[in-house]
Amino acid sequence: MTEAYIYDHVRSPRGRGKAGGGLNAITPLNLSTQILAALRDRNELDTSLVDDVIFGCVTPVGEQGANVARIAAINANYAQTVPGKQINRFCASGLEAINSAASQIMAGQSDAAIGGGVECMSRIPMGSDGGAMAIDPQVAYNSYFVPQGIGADLIATLHGFSREDVDAYAVASQHRAARAWENGYFSKSVVPIRDHIGEVVLDHDETIRADASLESLAGLNPVFTMLGEQAGFDDVAIQRYPEVEAINHVHTAGNSSGIVDGSAAFLIGHAEAGEKMGLKPRARIRSFASIGSDPTIMLTGPAPASYKALKIAGMSTSDIDLFELNEAFASVVLLYMSLLDIPHDKINVNGGAIAMGHPLGATGAIVLGTVLDEIERRDLSTALVTLCVGGGMGTATIIERV
Amino acid sequence: MSNTIQYTVDQDGIAILTIDLPGKSMNVLTPELMTDLETLVDRAVTDEAVKGLCIASSKKTFIAGADIKDMVTAYDRGMTHKQAFEFSYGLNRTLRKMETCGKPVAAAINGLALGGGLEVCLACHYRVLADDPRAVLGFPEVNIGLLPGAGGTQRTPRLIGFREAATMILQCRNQKPEQALKLGLVHELAPADQVVERARRWLLEEGDPVAPWDKKGFKIPGGGLMHPGTVQTFIMGNSLLAKNTKHNYPGPIAAQSAIFEGCNTSFDQGLKIESEYFGSLLAGPVARNMMRSLFVNKGKADKLARRPEGVEKSKVSKLGILGAGMMGAGIAYVSARAGMRVILLDTSQENAERGKAYSEGLLKKAIERGRSTEEKATALLGLIKPTTDYADLEDCDLIIEAVFESQQLKADVTAKTEAVVPESCIFASNTSTLPITGLAEASKRPEQFIGLHFFSPVDKMPLVEIILGKKTNDEAIARSLDYIQQIRKTPIVVNDSRGFYTSRVFSTFTGEGISMLAEGVKPALIENAAKMASMPVGPLAVTDEVTLELAYKIGKETTAAMGLEYPADPASEVIQEMVVDLDRKGKRFGKGFYAYPADAKKHLWAGLAEHFPQAEEQPGVEELIKRLLYIQALETTRCLEEGVLTHPEDGDIGSIFGWGFPAWSGGTLSLVDTVGIQEFVSECDRMAEAYGERFKASDWLRERAAQNQSFY
Repeated sequence: MTEAYIYDHVRSPRGRGKAGGGLNAITPLNLSTQILAALRDRNELDTSLVDDVIFGCVTPVGEQGANVARIAAINANYAQTVPGKQINRFCASGLEAINSAASQIMAGQSDAAIGGGVECMSRIPMGSDGGAMAIDPQVAYNSYFVPQGIGADLIATLHGFSREDVDAYAVASQHRAARAWENGYFSKSVVPIRDHIGEVVLDHDETIRADASLESLAGLNPVFTMLGEQAGFDDVAIQRYPEVEAINHVHTAGNSSGIVDGSAAFLIGHAEAGEKMGLKPRARIRSFASIGSDPTIMLTGPAPASYKALKIAGMSTSDIDLFELNEAFASVVLLYMSLLDIPHDKINVNGGAIAMGHPLGATGAIVLGTVLDEIERRDLSTALVTLCVGGGMGTATIIERV
Repeated sequence: MSNTIQYTVDQDGIAILTIDLPGKSMNVLTPELMTDLETLVDRAVTDEAVKGLCIASSKKTFIAGADIKDMVTAYDRGMTHKQAFEFSYGLNRTLRKMETCGKPVAAAINGLALGGGLEVCLACHYRVLADDPRAVLGFPEVNIGLLPGAGGTQRTPRLIGFREAATMILQCRNQKPEQALKLGLVHELAPADQVVERARRWLLEEGDPVAPWDKKGFKIPGGGLMHPGTVQTFIMGNSLLAKNTKHNYPGPIAAQSAIFEGCNTSFDQGLKIESEYFGSLLAGPVARNMMRSLFVNKGKADKLARRPEGVEKSKVSKLGILGAGMMGAGIAYVSARAGMRVILLDTSQENAERGKAYSEGLLKKAIERGRSTEEKATALLGLIKPTTDYADLEDCDLIIEAVFESQQLKADVTAKTEAVVPESCIFASNTSTLPITGLAEASKRPEQFIGLHFFSPVDKMPLVEIILGKKTNDEAIARSLDYIQQIRKTPIVVNDSRGFYTSRVFSTFTGEGISMLAEGVKPALIENAAKMASMPVGPLAVTDEVTLELAYKIGKETTAAMGLEYPADPASEVIQEMVVDLDRKGKRFGKGFYAYPADAKKHLWAGLAEHFPQAEEQPGVEELIKRLLYIQALETTRCLEEGVLTHPEDGDIGSIFGWGFPAWSGGTLSLVDTVGIQEFVSECDRMAEAYGERFKASDWLRERAAQNQSFY
């Protein structure tokens, strides 16, 4: 099998995902274009060597719809021979795009490809694309659909994570992210986003609260209590988990991932392609996997996805130097840490989506980039990146520096 | 063609189709009526002199709904999904043909139109509704396990939008005329005797023969399926359906799906989708169970099917109630509401007055909610006389004794009462535990002595269990039934036994739940299993409500009466430990299986885990559901075997309306029929092996199973 290598990656800063947010004036296409251009320009890449641009996007409608990857490639003045495709594995889309690019290379059907993603949540609200999961009566009823937040609260209930536990995790995420920015750990990969006259509109992640504390978070109200109690979702969840007497709603805006705008892209290729492009590989993609898990609790996929990826790579958790699990909700990470027996100082070491936000289609690429930069900085070797995924899925990727 | 519709064409060329089912007080939608409708619409269409059609009714109601006589037997006749689909699709074809016949059709709705009756109206191009509060429009289908299968799920959302349509169809909410007009269900209101004239006028002056959904550019009011508001309606609606039905009732989700799927396609495809879902329901057992128990058999019980022949119809004018506690006060209220004079007697005037105050409280609430008026309340309260004087009981037609559960005390008040009441007076005891035959020994007239077991709260619970003592005569039965009809409750008639029928079987439910606790099943799993079966309350919660202390007392009395030692089983051991060792006697005492914090919701007591250690491996919830339901069904078969029950209908109705046994099952005995008696017995055998002798089927039941003899 051909090896797939990572040659470089870039990402945008993450802007608050609402009107007035730092990237709110930038269209998804413009944002993707600037990211693709940055990846090309800083590597002096001959884009005609690129066989595909694969972008994750979770809400591909309106200005973000109809295959944003190809349109962005055209808009970024890539060679017209470069095709593009948009994929959707919900929250893992950005990582899945990289895995897809890697699989084309490993299978010998592509030499080089770009994987990444985009989501402008301030412009195209989550859920704008409809979908059967929650709306179609047959599907929602037969699959015991509940919103993700109820699933996150159910995880906390089943595993005894208290409000203090999840808040403490969130505080750590904020402090780690603040420290990472302070020390310039992200500067290698974050490219400033500019307006039409070339002025920088945003050059840093906008939602970090360096002063977050247990006290400040304690004041926030749980978000999913109303939905759980009045719209019946708690009851539906309990029908699936009847050992639970009542769901403990612990998740708030403070210990869940933030809604933001962002984009990221990776350049992947085999060794020969790297030589042709004149680039040195930074890491090898050891393995990747996606799995399905219970769709009701929805967020327990990362552990089985990780085990599957480890098995494919012939590795065990002890072979992994750093872990990165998207902080969709604090309880998801706490559960993962306890299941895989991972100490807190080996996972999400520079904070995560609770502090910096979760631009759905891009996050998978962003977290992979974060951990690659970090194992380089610490001169470590291996990392495992994983995300919980809507509909009850998990996706994981293992990389190793070369 | 039969003669369900009178057909005339007036001088203006309006064909009037007056529905008039011969020999019936109400019009119902029958196959004959549909055939006649189709034939007469054809005639009007081909008659060039006819300019428009008006559908009217000669009865006080328009059409009260579809005749379920044929539908209730569909499942037992082995009707296939395809045949059941055709049943509905035939109606849809006929009505769609009328709707697209090219001539305008107006409905002159002079009275209530429900279910299929409303669907006929919706297939007309114009609707005039009588301006009379009794002339309601609604879809009751989901309540009997079906869905509106003659276009209701397609025309309603297209007419009034998704949210309102879903409310009408899924929650079976009837609309009064003003509301129906506001929603757009009808076009105008008119006095009942003018609806035909108004409909005629529209036909002559406007007469647009095209339904809104057949017009170019039609849009569903309030937004189509992708509209954010519609999306929310479905997301929340789906969840609430799952919450409320626990996935046991297929009707609501089928209706919701028909609305959803049918409204994003052509109107004709939508009708087909509706009929497909209808077919899946009609050919299934739940619709059979619900139609048979909730509609047919409840209807028969309400019409006093069990009333002995040859006793003259009677009416209670003056009722005496002994004991003004919770039950006595409730009985006083429902009886006064039915127009009876009520003597409410207690040992002190204060107690008696407090019993009357209960009615005042209920009426106050009713007035606040606009369900009663000051005048009505005053009149009702004027009928209740609180007293301590037995002499006030003179002239009573019926006495209901509702004093404490003490044989001695009951004997005492019986004697005092019989000293003043006329010889013709029926004496009823509202005991829930003491055998009637024993209590009747204290009576001078044991043949007029009977049990009338009310459920708490009396004003809400629809059932009364009549218990016959050994000597109770036909007249006492008949007059008791007449009284129950007067207060508009549903009676069942059972023979004497400890706990009679309802209390006896219900106690097996709580007992089974408590046994599970003894086995180490997690308490939340037990409670949720009951709820997932669609029982209204978990066994631990309901035991807390009636108090563990009472369960302890009854358990001791029962074992003593049977010559056994208490505690005789694992459940009793738990109860004894809770009451005696742990002093957790139930909700009234502030602690039981649940903790009752002052400032938060009740929750299962954390200490249960320590005192009833939880097993490492927990059973699947399906098994627990089965245990909780089957133990009740099995005990009901024993009641039938022993003659406590004489009719399976009483068993089914008593279980649903007495203690909330899930309606999807049709009741405890219908559950056995639904499962299949052979499968039921074999599962009971398996559970007897696994959990104890209480699951052992009797020889009588085995014999029935061997012959595959169902209860209906």
